[in-house]
Amino acid sequence: MKLLTHNMLSCHIKGVKNGYPFKIDPVKIEEMDADYDPDFLRHIYPRLEWPALREAAQVMGEPNLPEEVTESMLQNDEEFLRHFHHALLELILEEGALVCPETGRRFPVHKGVPNLLLHEDEV
Amino acid sequence: MKPSVADVRLTSYNKDVYEPSDDSFALVDALQQHDWTSFSPDVCLEVGCGSGYVICSVAKMLSQHGLRAQVLASDISSAALEATQETLVAHGVADVELIQGDLLKPLIPRFQHQVDLLIFNPPYVPTPDDELTRTDIARAWAGGNRGRAIIDKFLPQVKEVLSPRGFMYMVTVTDNRPEDILQLLSNDDIEGKVILERAADEEALRILCCWRRHERDAEGHH
Ligand SMILES: C[S@@+](CC[C@H](N)C(=O)[O-])C[C@H]1O[C@@H](n2cnc3c(N)ncnc32)[C@H](O)[C@@H]1O
Repeated sequence: MKLLTHNMLSCHIKGVKNGYPFKIDPVKIEEMDADYDPDFLRHIYPRLEWPALREAAQVMGEPNLPEEVTESMLQNDEEFLRHFHHALLELILEEGALVCPETGRRFPVHKGVPNLLLHEDEV
Repeated sequence: MKPSVADVRLTSYNKDVYEPSDDSFALVDALQQHDWTSFSPDVCLEVGCGSGYVICSVAKMLSQHGLRAQVLASDISSAALEATQETLVAHGVADVELIQGDLLKPLIPRFQHQVDLLIFNPPYVPTPDDELTRTDIARAWAGGNRGRAIIDKFLPQVKEVLSPRGFMYMVTVTDNRPEDILQLLSNDDIEGKVILERAADEEALRILCCWRRHERDAEGHH
């Protein structure tokens, strides 16, 4: 699971109000080269929750994302764009868990696939 | 020219995973006929990916058209997700992300009106309702009364995630009463039509293509 995907998932247990973002409990992290495409990054940026990505990236071993992102950074700050690319697309959570920030419920990630199925009493 | 759909011989499935069948092929044919020249989706999502044949074909269509999108596939079954992973690897497709979940539930809050291409080949076969509680391969096809049990859970979720310029492709058979499905979607301001009809073994396939009403009409596309 890439952090791009993590950025889009929420805990949907019945009654949970603050189920976003999942905390990441990593057991095995892999790095995978992805094609560097700054246009894709600029395009996707408005859809991201930046603080969630930044925090997840720290846990996954990319501590260099800034707190604030400006338009000029997105346009021509090559160093920033490389870190952004790496955090978003190249760090893979292979094994571990996603933890609901409200309830602490753990959703296992196995072979890179998060299992977000709920138990009967959670629906 | 690169072949733009997945190769069945490179597609993984087993006794626990839905084998790519006439419905899967009809769906992929419909997607291939989509006008990709005026469409550059940012987010593509297949629900119930099974063997991965469909989402792998979509990934190939995207790359053939020089498009880069966030592509996700989900299924309720872990066996299906393992098969999809194998199918993607066998085709050298790297950027499809997989999620185990029930329909669109974990994705709805963050994908609010964001999905540009939503795809579902649901369990659509009419069965007695007690078939619905099985957790084996029956889950891939058992659709309960008129084959609508899963479809009717999915339909209200469509308006949550479909983007203003998005399209939803869904497999139905005539037993599901496609006109009634289109009517239900219409109540959510989602318009659509039967985009492909095909007779298969013992069933009449109807592939639906749907989109949000206002935005598109205003642009005069339909
Ligand atoms: C008819 S098969 C389609 C498989 C594949 N997309 C194809 O076209 O060949 C339906 C798939 O939906 C999955 N499914 C059934 N109920 C589901 C649910 N509630 N949420 C997600 N997937 C589900 C099944 O596991 C199965 O893989």
